Amino acid sequence: MSSDIRFTDFKSDKQPTWCPGCGDFGTMNGMMKALAETGNDPDNTFVVAGIGCSGKIGTYMHSYALHGVHGRALPVGTGVKMARPDIEVMVAGGDGDGYSIGAGHFVHAVRRNVDMTYVVMDNRIYGLTKGQASPTSREDFETSTSPEGPKQPPVNPHALALASGATFIAQSFSSDALRHQEIIQEAIEHDGFGFVNVYSPCVTFNDVDTYDYFRDSLVDLKEADHDPTDREAAKDVILDNEKEHQGVIYKDESSVPYHEQHGVDEDMSVLPDGAPEGATDLVREFY
Amino acid sequence: MAADFNWAVGGEAGDGIDSTGKIFAQALSRAGRHVFTSKDFASRIRGGYTAYKVRTSVDKVQSVVDRLDVLIALTPRTIEENLDELHEGSVIIYDGERTTMQDVEIPEGMIGLDVPLKSLAEEAGGAIMRNVVALGAACEVAEFPIENLDSALEKRFKDKGQKLVDNNKEAARAGQSYVAEEYDHEFDYSLETTDEDYVLLNGDEAIGMGAIAAGCRFYAGYPITPATDVMTYLTGRIERYGGHVVQAEDELSAINMALGAARGGARAMTATSGPGIDLMTETFGLIATSETPLVICNVMRSGPSTGMPTKQEQGDLNQMLYGGHGEVPRFVLAPTTIDECFWKTVEAFNLAEKYQVPVYLTADLSMAVTEQTFSPDTFDMDEVEVDRGNVVDETTIDDHMSESGGFQPHEITDDGISPRAFPGTADGAHMSTGLEHDEQGRRTEDTDMRVAQVDKRNRKVETAREREDWSPREFGDADADDLVITWGSNEGALAEAVDILDEEGQDVRVLSVPYIFPRPDLSEDVAAAETTVVVECNEQGQFADLVEHDVLERVDRVNKYNGVRFKADELAAEIKSTLEAGVEA
Repeated sequence: MSSDIRFTDFKSDKQPTWCPGCGDFGTMNGMMKALAETGNDPDNTFVVAGIGCSGKIGTYMHSYALHGVHGRALPVGTGVKMARPDIEVMVAGGDGDGYSIGAGHFVHAVRRNVDMTYVVMDNRIYGLTKGQASPTSREDFETSTSPEGPKQPPVNPHALALASGATFIAQSFSSDALRHQEIIQEAIEHDGFGFVNVYSPCVTFNDVDTYDYFRDSLVDLKEADHDPTDREAAKDVILDNEKEHQGVIYKDESSVPYHEQHGVDEDMSVLPDGAPEGATDLVREFY
Repeated sequence: MAADFNWAVGGEAGDGIDSTGKIFAQALSRAGRHVFTSKDFASRIRGGYTAYKVRTSVDKVQSVVDRLDVLIALTPRTIEENLDELHEGSVIIYDGERTTMQDVEIPEGMIGLDVPLKSLAEEAGGAIMRNVVALGAACEVAEFPIENLDSALEKRFKDKGQKLVDNNKEAARAGQSYVAEEYDHEFDYSLETTDEDYVLLNGDEAIGMGAIAAGCRFYAGYPITPATDVMTYLTGRIERYGGHVVQAEDELSAINMALGAARGGARAMTATSGPGIDLMTETFGLIATSETPLVICNVMRSGPSTGMPTKQEQGDLNQMLYGGHGEVPRFVLAPTTIDECFWKTVEAFNLAEKYQVPVYLTADLSMAVTEQTFSPDTFDMDEVEVDRGNVVDETTIDDHMSESGGFQPHEITDDGISPRAFPGTADGAHMSTGLEHDEQGRRTEDTDMRVAQVDKRNRKVETAREREDWSPREFGDADADDLVITWGSNEGALAEAVDILDEEGQDVRVLSVPYIFPRPDLSEDVAAAETTVVVECNEQGQFADLVEHDVLERVDRVNKYNGVRFKADELAAEIKSTLEAGVEA
């Protein structure tokens, strides 16, 4: 691919309808910059998104893209990558999309270790349906559907990922543009499933998990002497409910992506005009 | 001597019924005899009555009948279950030493052969071969050369070593000799062999083979009876042709993976049964609206809900035609024979890509698990054509750009078919969405564009109606006053029923329809007929409803929904009584 690709080439001509100040602007900018920085261009990139504020990202970016049904973006990304190992696949979703309706797919995409980047825009609330509790909402977070708080602990997506055999687990903050881009880049370059949970504040419905809150509480693992190749250390970070972290939490450097494990390396879009060579063997087996 | 021979092995699930039946069917096929098999099985791994039936003839056989000439009964219940089909002179092979079979009573007029299956098997090398001893005994009864059984045993066990093959051959001979020596009886049967070469396969296997032939490279599915054999077949085979199978975590994932692969430019498929289609329906709407070519195979079983998972029904027709919210075009293909399962699968992929629509390819349990013999050139791979439709590349994409320079994957065209660009095509980057969209695929709520896109999608159906051949298959008496219409796996039974009716002086014309949507216009056929009867395995007559809708005339119906397929003789009687009732009315 040509080296003169700029991140703006990944921008579509549609103006985002996200609320002014929404964390998703920063999340998306970081994704576009990371894609350009890692040598991709819109014609070799496939972005999959689900439903919700996060799902709109495919409209605002310029690439091959699919805006799917709620919660099913990861299987779509898996299909694209299997058919086209030559294409860069990025999947984006929200905390509801990924950890509620799509939680089952999340676990299985992680354990398959499909070579794609999964960006979850986590604002700890349902934004587009106007402010209900999400799977990552705090236990006492009051919303229209949880007037006294959900009264159940939030999903710990990193723990879920680690337990499912993840090979790359990270956390970033959409407002810390450079670090966010750096972390997404590392996820793209990872050979396998690169999972990044992004704190992407909702300025309209969430007055608890705000920019200020994250700015004040985030501990950067790069400065905390954390070794991301150490699974035990990663476990400690993930189970530490007292702190919010950013950075690469865990990375398995010996990761072999699903398609390589299964010997899938062909571009499946290329076909002969008739049955494949040797297809008669299929009939002979039934003698 | 009967023209065809009917044989069964029955016992409890776990008794090795399936493999025993399969070995016998293969032996017959390898001896140049035609074979048609059927299975009775329960939805459990062990225990519960199960049987494998084989009908064979030197002529083509394509249905089951109410007759059993030889029965290998491993349990007393096997005899009870098949009492109606056994007749005077039927032979029942059983092991009187087996605890449960000691007090068994052979019905009057039938011939019981008490063969110590287990003891003879142990002498040959292991009790596990007792069913093979029974097969040897059956060969003796049917005067069927045991060398053909050897050949089937070799195919079955050669990967496990020559010793095992030899032991099995010995076990078969022990059964054969025992009957020859202990029973001084001339049986009524003599199964002649021919020089013909046949292949033996079931509907699910034919669908899987058709998929690979058509260039399907990606399959994702979730196990469900009776569609699982499609996935089993593809696993380990599709890889040889550069493809891959994923066993997904659920049906939702399966169809979305297939969707992703199709957007990537691969020919992709998923297969499931009714309950799985329910789960896939939301994504089905997205596939249709985003105009993604995809083949969704529905191997029907008895519904609703979990229904009877291992029993026959054709009850999902309305689900496939109307399932999902909103209005989207979809094609529904329904092969009517096992060999057609192969060819209609190839056609399904071509139609999906030519018209950029999801295609339901539907078989039913009876067809999926039934094996039938065919001449190998029935599946001539040189005849397979791959038509990918309107795919653009770097050189042709410029003709499909908007004024602002964006590729238009939903271009409004006269025939309704838009250009398609696979990822990696320069300047082809575009978005696909379930939201209503403009020609570039971008969300819109513009009222004119909404109407234009809905019309464009529907226009593809008219284009397909004009360009493709949707004819039904016709047989029976072309000049008969009475018309019988059917779809799905009933064709075989109906073909034989026509012969039975003919012998009884009742002429009928038959149309077997493999296309549910778009479908042939049958109005002239129905208008020309005195009486029209629609035959199908459901209660409500879902296809009969469609015919009535199309021809604006009432039709008669023959429906069966007890979970068991039509049998030729039964169907002949049903059609006759329906026609006679019509005349009296």
